Amino acid sequence: MKIALFVPCIVDQFYPHVAVSAVRILRRLGHEVVFPVEQTCCGQPAFNSGYHAEARRVAKRLVKVFSGADSIVSVSGSCTTMVTCFYPKWLMDPALAGDVRHIASHMYEFSDFLVNQLQTVDVGARFPHKVTYHDACHGLRELRIKSEPRQLLAAVRELELVEMDNAEECCGFGGTFAVKFTEISTAMGNDKITGVCATGADYLTAGDSSCLMHLNGLLKRQNIPIQTIHYAEILANQ
Amino acid sequence: MHDFKQAAHDNLTNTHLRQTLRKSTRTSLLKRSQVVQELGEDTWQQLRRRAHQIKKETIAHLDEYLEQLEAHLTEQGVQVFWAETAAEANDYIIQLAKREGASFVVKSKSMTTEEIDLNPALQAAGINPIETDLGEYIVQLAGERPSHITAPALHKSREDIARLFQEKLGIDYTDNPQELTKIARQKLRQKFLTAKIGVSGVNFAIAENGTLVVIENEANARLCMTLPDVHVAVMGIEKVIPKLEHLPTFLRLLPRSATGQKFTSYVSLIRGAQSSGKAVHLVLLDNGRSEMLADPRFHQALYCIRCGACLNTCPVYQRVGGHTYGWVYPGPIGAILTPKYQGLTQGKDLPFASSLCGSCTDICPVQIDLHHLLLWLRQAVVSSGSDRHLIEAVAMKFWTITMISPLLYRLASRLVRWLPQRAFHYIPGWTETRDFPSPAPKTFREIWNESLK
Ligand code: SF4
Repeated sequence: MKIALFVPCIVDQFYPHVAVSAVRILRRLGHEVVFPVEQTCCGQPAFNSGYHAEARRVAKRLVKVFSGADSIVSVSGSCTTMVTCFYPKWLMDPALAGDVRHIASHMYEFSDFLVNQLQTVDVGARFPHKVTYHDACHGLRELRIKSEPRQLLAAVRELELVEMDNAEECCGFGGTFAVKFTEISTAMGNDKITGVCATGADYLTAGDSSCLMHLNGLLKRQNIPIQTIHYAEILANQ
Repeated sequence: MHDFKQAAHDNLTNTHLRQTLRKSTRTSLLKRSQVVQELGEDTWQQLRRRAHQIKKETIAHLDEYLEQLEAHLTEQGVQVFWAETAAEANDYIIQLAKREGASFVVKSKSMTTEEIDLNPALQAAGINPIETDLGEYIVQLAGERPSHITAPALHKSREDIARLFQEKLGIDYTDNPQELTKIARQKLRQKFLTAKIGVSGVNFAIAENGTLVVIENEANARLCMTLPDVHVAVMGIEKVIPKLEHLPTFLRLLPRSATGQKFTSYVSLIRGAQSSGKAVHLVLLDNGRSEMLADPRFHQALYCIRCGACLNTCPVYQRVGGHTYGWVYPGPIGAILTPKYQGLTQGKDLPFASSLCGSCTDICPVQIDLHHLLLWLRQAVVSSGSDRHLIEAVAMKFWTITMISPLLYRLASRLVRWLPQRAFHYIPGWTETRDFPSPAPKTFREIWNESLK
């Protein structure tokens, strides 16, 4: 299968190995992966901040870049949500309507793609650590992804998956919310971390690098020796 | 003007308050999820869909249902008063109290009367409002406003209440809930017996037969409505439902969502004046609702049955509490109602003070798309110019120009990597509490071009 990779700007800039991991896994499974280099961003930062005209210009580009792709995979539940849930409701441009519908119904969050499209749970990974998974909100409540990443992680050799009791609670990132309401965001993040620490896990994983950036920033600042890692990187490890 | 951020800061740094809030909201959520589980997830979702459908139909033909309601109420001898504004509603009630020569009124819990500021209006007219719901009584005693839609004193711990009673009522300290309730009841009993006017809210009003429905746990609303000769009910126009057969759906959803109860202790169905010498008045309040109704995106906010579940589940509400929101309705629904009813300027921070996690939308018993409405409200605030952030606006322009040009994007990526490390040590709003990562040595697209293509 030919798969077009959508790499969110935050992954491109700060966590490129998340996307590298996705490429490796998909190739290992025998698929062809392409990266349309003209892509930039889905427009979510402006959209969520209320700047819809600006967001629209950026979103339209993304639609054009991916309009020919049959399977689009993204390593972010949040950016996938922007395209699959919000584009169809919001990007009202008659000239683009067909393309919007097409990409909205052909873009998948990575774990959803592996489990539900490729019917693969075991990707041949090995990761000898204790890991806890945080349900990032967009993946959980917009895309309804809950079991997929857990199934994938459970199949990783030597990995011990432990659940925190506040796995579904928001970590407090929320895009510009994190900087506009620093104190509230931090309070939420710290409560999340308390839940993570209680599991005794060495690694905290999730499907959105942005949430992990926020949580990692808090962990580092407080010298808590728990590592953060996108689940795609775990799945790429052998 | 109310400062959300300052209020949030004050509450976040109040450890006792934070613990109280967290504990109370968690307890409510736990109880709720137990009764929902008992009912079964499928049944629960069916009920939510049904409630949503009923509300949708009602709101789409609100004028017709209100006319039906009025006709039936009038037939039964209920005086119906249409109040377009809060002031009109208050005036009506004050005039009534004056006519009756009442020096005080007994009140049961009603967010609508909070919304119109009935208590201060009565006081200004020399009439003493006496709250008879325990939570409301506590809040009134403390000289505060409710901090929650269904649990007015949620921000107070048992010890807080004990100290308040000790101080204001001059009694010995006790934090035994039964005793505290008994004390409040004793104080209120005399008032009930001598009150000339009782004021209540309305949970549902049935259009087809003119029945007013009030649900509660303490029987104080029942006393407010029956003991005094005059009963004034105040309701927002969105509380009407078409038929009696629609009521059970809501009676199953509301107590479970609000207090985690399968059923409230009391459900009162009032049909007109029950005895001679008794007068019943209904104040039908608009106060911005018609405007909301005319807005195709936001009219669903009128489906709200004021259960308070979205407050309990909201990670922001859980940490900052209800008073932070600056008006009577807090939490996710408040973050919609405040800017809509009070104006975008007044509520400008509220739509942004959310991580948009969506747990409110998942819990709402009438399926209001709460977090998406917040998202659309953000756009309304930005385009109305009620909250100008020049730097943000300029940054957005630059961001857009960069993001629509792959060349500029690559250039910007390079530039960022030329910056010294310490440039990332101070990012306002971020690095006060968190480390910020340095950009990766190479972007993904560089790695792709070099070794993955
Ligand atoms: S918006 Fe929904 S959850 Fe919130 S108070 Fe209203 S009915 Fe309850």
